[in-house]
Amino acid sequence: MDKSILKNPFFKANPITVLVLGVCSALAVTVQLKGACVMALSVTVVTGFSSMLVSSIRNTIPNRVRIIIQLVIVALFVILIDQFLKAYAYDVSKQLSVYIGLIITNCIIMGRIEAFALGNKPFPSLVDGLANGMGYGMVLVVIAFIRELFGSGTLFGLQIIPQSWYIANGGFYENNGLIILPPMALIIVGCIIWAQRAVQKELQEEQ
Amino acid sequence: MKLNTNSNIYTIIYTTILVVLVAGVLAFVSTALKPKQQENIALEKMQSLLRAARLGDDASAQNNKSEYIKALYSEHMTNDFVLDYEGNVIEGEAFEIDLQSQYNIIKKIVAAKTPETAQALREQLQLPVFVCTIDEKVLNIVPCYGAGLWGPVWGYIAVEDDFETIYGAVFDHKGETPGLGAEIAHAPFYNQFVGKKLSKEGEFKSISIVKGGGQADNPNGVDAISGGTITSQSLEQAIAMWLNEYQAYFNIKRAAIGSDDCCGEECCGEEHNHDQNGKEPCAGEGCVCKKDSLNHESHEQYTK
Repeated sequence: MDKSILKNPFFKANPITVLVLGVCSALAVTVQLKGACVMALSVTVVTGFSSMLVSSIRNTIPNRVRIIIQLVIVALFVILIDQFLKAYAYDVSKQLSVYIGLIITNCIIMGRIEAFALGNKPFPSLVDGLANGMGYGMVLVVIAFIRELFGSGTLFGLQIIPQSWYIANGGFYENNGLIILPPMALIIVGCIIWAQRAVQKELQEEQ
Repeated sequence: MKLNTNSNIYTIIYTTILVVLVAGVLAFVSTALKPKQQENIALEKMQSLLRAARLGDDASAQNNKSEYIKALYSEHMTNDFVLDYEGNVIEGEAFEIDLQSQYNIIKKIVAAKTPETAQALREQLQLPVFVCTIDEKVLNIVPCYGAGLWGPVWGYIAVEDDFETIYGAVFDHKGETPGLGAEIAHAPFYNQFVGKKLSKEGEFKSISIVKGGGQADNPNGVDAISGGTITSQSLEQAIAMWLNEYQAYFNIKRAAIGSDDCCGEECCGEEHNHDQNGKEPCAGEGCVCKKDSLNHESHEQYTK
């Protein structure tokens, strides 16, 4: 199996920073690290397993209804995850609210199924799906790290910035309220893309 | 023989089988996980009720959150009961009452064309009350439920034992817009309700949620959420509708507070806690005039 299937989604063909897919949810669920991690994990599971399942039945799917069939399979995994979160991680499920359900519409999943799983064997499809999910999740976690640290002064809910630094306690520091809001997340995504393109010159378009 | 995967029959059979299979898996998982999910929902309700009584804010920091909430709930939630429209205690499990079905009745009452239909509908009402005791303080917690912008909004309001002052309130929603209407579920909004009054010049008056309503000299209003006008208005309406139905009960209790039955004739003569031992009970179960539950100052307020 080609190693690039595993490696590309992280940097060279990262779903968010290079393919610019799934940006909507990247802005919505990255206020806190915990939510971002659960979202990353959920998307990874959904992309991985729906890719594998679609790939294993790819020769039997009637071509005319293939998008609907794929959607049913993706929806199956999303609802399963939603149900499990409601049962075992209720707080996170409430916090992510509609965004778990909206994984169905995450372009990464359908994109990978259409572009990869329909033409490849199940195992490479599974790896491709998982890797894409993780590539997406990696960016999510980076954004959430920045947003939670500078927006709330915490990481995973634990106070990182000392209480005594805050203006309210006679210090000099204040949380940046702007970072909590989605527009700032878009700017952070932009900065990450900028940084990545500065390092990986081959991503830059020719003038 | 190679199957023609593009024929109509094949497509129909294929999709049918797939959908049935998927539905079967989902139905199985949903049934299997239901008890666990119900438990989470019940726990959340407990936490909301405790929050309305300004308890359990530190629950998230606990190692075993569910145990902590359950312990706190059984410690403070001393009683709960169901009322009919006249304020009498009827049979029923307050915790199990579905607020949505009650809301549907209340909605019909408000829309009823004749007093007779409204009356007939009123008789179906089952209104839950939760009694919370914090040290000497006895709080009555009543729910409210209504339609927000995208889905239901609901909440719990804890009323002090004068049945007039709000001790605390908490609200939640199914799917209001994050950052706008969804702010009703956050402390800066619902903490505004603390200390507000449910009456004006002796008459019942609900809390109005309007722009600039939160001024200190306005005991009946709180600030609405900017950008969340429809949610604010629906919540205001929901609170008014529900509290209106509870007025019968509140009036009984208010009358009982002022009367001799409850507090005894010597109430105001000297400084002491009211001792209702041996007196006639006020209104049966859930009476707030328990022994030592009223101190002197609050009594003066009622008799004024």
